[in-house]
Amino acid sequence: MMRYVAKKLAGLAATVLVVSFLVFAAFAVIPGDPATSMLGTQATPEKVEALREEMGLNDPLPKRFARWAVEFIQGDFGTSYSYQMPVSSMVGEKIPVTLALTLLAFLMMVAMSIPVGIFCARHAGGFLDRAITVLNQVIMAIPPFFSGILITLLFGLILHWFTPGGYISYTQDVWRFLGYMVFPAFAIALPKAAMAVKLLRSSVLSEMKLDYVRTAYSRGNRTKSVLYRHVLKNALIPVVTFLGMALADMVAGSIIIEQVFNIPGLGRILLTSISNRDYPVVQAIIVCIAFLVIFVNFAVDLIYKLVDPRITLD
Amino acid sequence: MKTKAMRKVLLTLVCTALAIALGACSGDKAAEENTSQITIGIPQDIEDSLDPHKAVAAGTKEVLFNLFEGLVNPDSEGNLYDAVASSHEILEDGKVYRFTLREGVKFHDGSLVTAEDVKYSLEKCADISGGEPLVAAYSAIERVDIVDEKTVDVVLKEPDTDFLPYLTAAIIPASNENPDTNPIGTGPYKYVSRSPQENIVLEKFADYWGTPANIEHVTLQIIANADAIVTSLNGGAVDMFARISQAQAQQVSDDFNVLEGTMNLVQAVYLNNAAAPFDDVRVRQALCYAIDPQGIMDMVSDGKGTQIGSSMFPAFGKYYMEELNDLYATDLERAKQLLAEAGYPDGFSFTLTVPSNYQQHIDTAQVVAEQLKQIGVTADIQLIEWDSWLSDVYTDRNYEATVVGVDASSLTAAALLERFVSTAGNNFINYSNPAYDEAFANAKASVDDAQKTEYYKECERILAEDAANVYIQDLPSFVALNKKYGGYEFYPLYVQDIAKLYLVDGQD
Repeated sequence: MMRYVAKKLAGLAATVLVVSFLVFAAFAVIPGDPATSMLGTQATPEKVEALREEMGLNDPLPKRFARWAVEFIQGDFGTSYSYQMPVSSMVGEKIPVTLALTLLAFLMMVAMSIPVGIFCARHAGGFLDRAITVLNQVIMAIPPFFSGILITLLFGLILHWFTPGGYISYTQDVWRFLGYMVFPAFAIALPKAAMAVKLLRSSVLSEMKLDYVRTAYSRGNRTKSVLYRHVLKNALIPVVTFLGMALADMVAGSIIIEQVFNIPGLGRILLTSISNRDYPVVQAIIVCIAFLVIFVNFAVDLIYKLVDPRITLD
Repeated sequence: MKTKAMRKVLLTLVCTALAIALGACSGDKAAEENTSQITIGIPQDIEDSLDPHKAVAAGTKEVLFNLFEGLVNPDSEGNLYDAVASSHEILEDGKVYRFTLREGVKFHDGSLVTAEDVKYSLEKCADISGGEPLVAAYSAIERVDIVDEKTVDVVLKEPDTDFLPYLTAAIIPASNENPDTNPIGTGPYKYVSRSPQENIVLEKFADYWGTPANIEHVTLQIIANADAIVTSLNGGAVDMFARISQAQAQQVSDDFNVLEGTMNLVQAVYLNNAAAPFDDVRVRQALCYAIDPQGIMDMVSDGKGTQIGSSMFPAFGKYYMEELNDLYATDLERAKQLLAEAGYPDGFSFTLTVPSNYQQHIDTAQVVAEQLKQIGVTADIQLIEWDSWLSDVYTDRNYEATVVGVDASSLTAAALLERFVSTAGNNFINYSNPAYDEAFANAKASVDDAQKTEYYKECERILAEDAANVYIQDLPSFVALNKKYGGYEFYPLYVQDIAKLYLVDGQD
């Protein structure tokens, strides 16, 4: 186990290093820099040059990267160019927003997909199963940003269940914040839930054909107990893999959905910081996301072990 | 047993999700309002600086306008009134500007404005340690003298009777150590807090010296996604949004009044006068003859907008020359002839660079490209990020033509015309004409206002006759304001005056 954790941590460090260097390199290639961005239409070559010098942008790329990396390891994430605020507090303030959105979406996905998936498998070939299968195909084909617009239209403008664009900060009112988040989370969860239903259904059905199931039946078990005690555990393994990937994917998905629902989370900060060439902020967010993805992978591995004790981590 | 456990887990999950969803429905309606407040949507966050002297983006200045005041301040008519100063005198033919400070003007932190604060603020703007002063025009200031504790003299290097509009620069307390993050001014609103990409919160400043603001709490909510503007308005999340498009204006619900004004921008196809083929005046004129501003306005904004013929928009009253609009009445034959004379009988193609965040300029560029096809000229529209535009087009001047709107940073004709002087640092079209430089220098040097105006008009005429750019229009501006509120005023500058807004009687 210790070796496993050490391996994961080494992987994390390597990933963060590579990813953050790539971000640095990408910014060096694309046109524009924070100095021109800050000066806007007031920019003159002299002013840009003076500001570049002041911000240390005239140093060679490896030097700038090394300076950033050293400070980062020391826990100093730097100061945002556009906001003159410490990056740590700026990003720290937004992490709960994106995390809440992602986790809410994940919970909704699990809550929707597992019961429906099992139901479909039990009633395979039935009318409801076929109807759900068709519906699933449709839902899978709709990207979240579009379902987001439809959800805004239906629940926001027609049913008035929420105020479109009326985001309320979690610092102001946690319940109303979560209340608003339900709708974007639903938009993210829908297509993933549809995929999970499809996966779980086929996974359960293929397990049902295996010998141990016949044995279980022959011992006199009823369908229900065979399904929940034996089949589901085995059928869940591919689903857990999928859920893990889906969770990581949802972080990325939330960046787009934040635009649709006007939520000021990590995604919004990331996008504006990229267009402002605000490197310290972009770096910090990228590192956060990389960390999150690796952490999710780690969690998935642990859940494997929980579901199937035969699996070893090393 | 295990089955039951599994079921319980599932049930709990479903219940949690439901509970949250239901909580949403009930929580949403609990709107509590005991003091007046307004939520105003703005399209971008303040990303340059909260320090009014460092702020450069128009979107930043329009917010800071409510927090800060200069010695004098602009009003909605384009006149200047005494703000932090109670009166001003122009002495020695425009070499010395003497200000008497108003009694009892307080900063948001409660301290009184002193002559030292005024001197500090003006000197901060004139400081040249960054290569150039923060306010470019302040290179003209020789020194700032404190005559007595209520009187300050601004002494210029050369007499300039047209310097007063630049003295709108914000007066800030010398004691503030972090103007970048803690803005303190004398305006009718004071800064409370901000959350990046989320909002900026302002509160009425109770000790304001003048007519106090009507609305107590103001939230400036950032709505970066243009598609979310109309839903935010109609859904009730924001009460006001300025500078929406014609299409958006048509979609807002009956709860809103849509007010129409102008944006006070010079929208044009700006041509790189140093790059072929636009270094040839005949080519530039051909473009002017081929492009029909009225056609553009009809296509893009239902005919709304105000045609312009030079780098001046109508809000500037005495400087605006309507007659220049007719200089290039659409004439395709003349355009083709000019192209042939210039050596392009079969036309040519060029890249028209447009910043991708301005839909109105993109729309205009598309109509321009269509109109130019008629004379065999192909415009390849290239959309680039605003930041790339700033570095490639504006700073490096590495482009052929671009469509943007240029605004005036102060209430002087010079704010629009100075950039076309051949040596100007912000002369991004590389315009160079000795006659223009001379006319502009004459305007600057004139003491008599009528004469000054004449010289500025000459500048405008030269720009038009030289076809420095293909001038199109001053864009129409639409403001959606919830019917609960009134008092919106359009300014000839890019500002929002929140202090004038009020709640209409009979409403909550």
